[in-house]
Amino acid sequence: MSNSVSDTMHHDDHGHHEQSFISKYVFSMDHKMISKQFLITGLIMGLIGMLMSILFRMQLAWPDRSFPIFNTLLGKWATDGHINPDFYMALVTMHGTIMVFFVLTAGLSGTFSNLLIPYQIGCRDMASPFLNMLSYWFFLTSSIVLMSSLFVQTGPASGGWTVYPPLSALPKAMPGSGIGMTLWLVSMIFFIGSSLLGGINYVVTILNMRTHGLTMTRLPLTIWAFFFTAVLGILSFPVLLSGSLLLVFDRSFGTSFYLSEIFIDGHALSNAGGSPILWQHLFWFLGHPEVYIIILPALGITSEVVATNSRKPIFGYKAMIGSIMGIAALSFFVWGHHMFITGMNPLVGSVFMFITFLVAIPSAVKTFNYLATMWRGNIRFTPAMLFGIGLVSLFVTGGLTGIFLGNAALDIPLHDSYFVVAHFHIVMGSSAIFGLLCGIYHWFPRMFGRMMSPQLGYIHFWFSLVAVYMVFFPMHFMGLGGVPRRYYAFTAWDQFAVWNDMNQFITIGAIVGAAGQLIFLYNFVYSIFFGKKSVQNPWDSNTLEWTAPVEQLHGNWPGEVPKVYRWPYDYSRPDADSDFVPQNVPDDVVPAEWAGDPHASSNGHNTSPETDAKKEAVVHFSWFKKLGLRLGVL
Amino acid sequence: MSHAAESTLPTKLWGGGRSPFNVEYGKLMMWIFLLSDAFTFSALLISYGTIRYSFPPAEVHASIPFGSHIEMEELHHFFTPSTPGAELAVGVQPHWPSPDLVFNHFPFLHGHHLPLLFVSLMTFILIFSSVTMVLAVEAGNRNDKQTVAKFMYWTIAGGIGFLSCQAWEWTQFIHAGANLQNNPFGPVAFADLFFIVTGFHGFHVLSGVVLNIVITSNVLKGTYERRGHYDMVEKVGLYWHFVDLVWVFVFTFYYLI
Repeated sequence: MSNSVSDTMHHDDHGHHEQSFISKYVFSMDHKMISKQFLITGLIMGLIGMLMSILFRMQLAWPDRSFPIFNTLLGKWATDGHINPDFYMALVTMHGTIMVFFVLTAGLSGTFSNLLIPYQIGCRDMASPFLNMLSYWFFLTSSIVLMSSLFVQTGPASGGWTVYPPLSALPKAMPGSGIGMTLWLVSMIFFIGSSLLGGINYVVTILNMRTHGLTMTRLPLTIWAFFFTAVLGILSFPVLLSGSLLLVFDRSFGTSFYLSEIFIDGHALSNAGGSPILWQHLFWFLGHPEVYIIILPALGITSEVVATNSRKPIFGYKAMIGSIMGIAALSFFVWGHHMFITGMNPLVGSVFMFITFLVAIPSAVKTFNYLATMWRGNIRFTPAMLFGIGLVSLFVTGGLTGIFLGNAALDIPLHDSYFVVAHFHIVMGSSAIFGLLCGIYHWFPRMFGRMMSPQLGYIHFWFSLVAVYMVFFPMHFMGLGGVPRRYYAFTAWDQFAVWNDMNQFITIGAIVGAAGQLIFLYNFVYSIFFGKKSVQNPWDSNTLEWTAPVEQLHGNWPGEVPKVYRWPYDYSRPDADSDFVPQNVPDDVVPAEWAGDPHASSNGHNTSPETDAKKEAVVHFSWFKKLGLRLGVL
Repeated sequence: MSHAAESTLPTKLWGGGRSPFNVEYGKLMMWIFLLSDAFTFSALLISYGTIRYSFPPAEVHASIPFGSHIEMEELHHFFTPSTPGAELAVGVQPHWPSPDLVFNHFPFLHGHHLPLLFVSLMTFILIFSSVTMVLAVEAGNRNDKQTVAKFMYWTIAGGIGFLSCQAWEWTQFIHAGANLQNNPFGPVAFADLFFIVTGFHGFHVLSGVVLNIVITSNVLKGTYERRGHYDMVEKVGLYWHFVDLVWVFVFTFYYLI
């Protein structure tokens, strides 16, 4: 695989081979490079998705105004400065697909699983670097196929990101049901391939390749989150594969898996026997685990960042693992809550409703543990930490409305309204984006060897947080007021005129938020080339990725891989000289009975009263005092 | 995994520095891939169940003696054929046909009522090829190159035999007038699901045959002999058994029930 120079024979300890440009940057099998490829592709897709949202928000807020920019950008889809209604639907569909799959699945889990799994479990690369490379190339192919559908004559898929039949199954149903929909399915099949190749690799690497001493209960919570994310993907994406296969046959070969008794102009189509509800079941069997595929990595990243920056052991380590497992397991039994209005048997609906409510328990455990970790911690308000705290805030706000929507009696009136839009954009859209940004700020030095500007990071954070609440909070009230989602304009109904000002307010919020992301983009690109050089362990963190040298070596560590002697959350130990003890510090450096290993005590807190007193003395800085200082700085 | 690591293999299963299952990564990957593929097939079979039970079940028919001489035309009154363009009466649905009456042919014995005999032969061939695969893996554990190759030949032959039988059965069904939009025996969905489910399974068998051929050629080249182990044979073996297992479910749900 590596185009080694002539002296390969004395293979130096660094395992560092000279590689050609192609094998190093393009067809790379190195997990670090693949992670950067995922990140940069994901960010580009994110920018495209964001631009689309700005375009349709502008159309929605000012339906009577003509924007020449629409014509410049969209050509024939906006000839008079208004977005054509068909293309409005296409933009909404593409925005959803891009954000859910390409940014928050591949861009988030793909980036950080690739970067952190080998680094944090102390191995030199993924179990199969080749399949890992294929996973990226399947993802890139799928992105390109999806983007190409923007340029076909009838436009991209426009039946919503859930592509419900019959709009998706009858190629002539609407312009976007044509070749655009076929490309959507082709893109999704490549995407499923990418997800499976990646997921299998992640699971096997975590199980098989942990370094000496790294038991499962010494893994950082990031790894636990990536593990269950991969498991969810492995078990749920195949179902979408089967569903898509049947949809392809319905569209192109005249079968009727999802079609039955369709009447057009009074004439029945010959399709019989199928059911559009079948697609909804197959889709949501993927679709619900999918939203946890999105949020779990973000929660894992937050766990790590919050503990490191609070300088405290994560509160309730085992409870955190249990809640990740709980969320993962429950995710397979709640898909029906997306389908309450399909006329399902009320008993079945009640079961789905009950299981959905159960998800609130592990979610609340996680939220509580984040707060308890920060409680009286020695908080360092790095940009990553701010985004982590922002995630917790959004997770609570969005999670609460989830309890409303999980209730069938409330969901039936609220279904397909802006209340739903507000709920999922906050709880899994924005909060996962916050997790992604949190991870980028935290591991940027690990990825690129340089630091991002924290000042720009703070500005970016406040722009983002304010914008998210400006955009999505008012939507709750619109939804309660009965405003339906996926409508091109509300000008035909007088009762919705009252929301015009609100729509403009939301669009302005969205533009402000997008401007904030440009600050991030500048910071990101600038720092890759000109950022301050990073030290090896810039955040005084315990996990193994910071024990590797700043410059990225092929094989990660010069010499032996580190061995692990403790869990990753030995922060602020009263007996240690510094406020962190990396996982590779041997036991004899600190007395064994102090080890914060969960085998000894569940959360790193010690039991004897004198040690508690010692700990108090170390954790002397109250976190709100620091918050005050930080706000003063701002 | 380096050999140095093996010499100091930690004793704790989950303690790190070793595989907790004592398997190398490729075999574990194959297991996990099969788990995911099981979900792919499950989704198809559940879709099959959903659609099948939206139709009224097959009408009870008087039993026809096994092997008795019968022409296709004589069975027609058991079926409610579906053709495109036929006026769709809402609420009236054709009966799901009884597989006994649809798949009752055998090569060279046309005109005889031999329900499910041919598909049983196919099933036997596939299961037998799993047996030969087990023998190949076993010979691999003894590093017996010649025996591995011999049983791999038999396995490949079984796979090709199964695929040939499937080709004959598809041809038979298509000649009777069935395709994705037409089914002389009952609902079109019966034909659609037949082609999709057995086709998707057949695609897996075909992939398995190709993999087996690649692995066998490596066996003959001595690749695994030099490597000192025949793990690759075991990995394709896992896949082959899985494909076999899936067929058991397809056979049960599509033909027997």
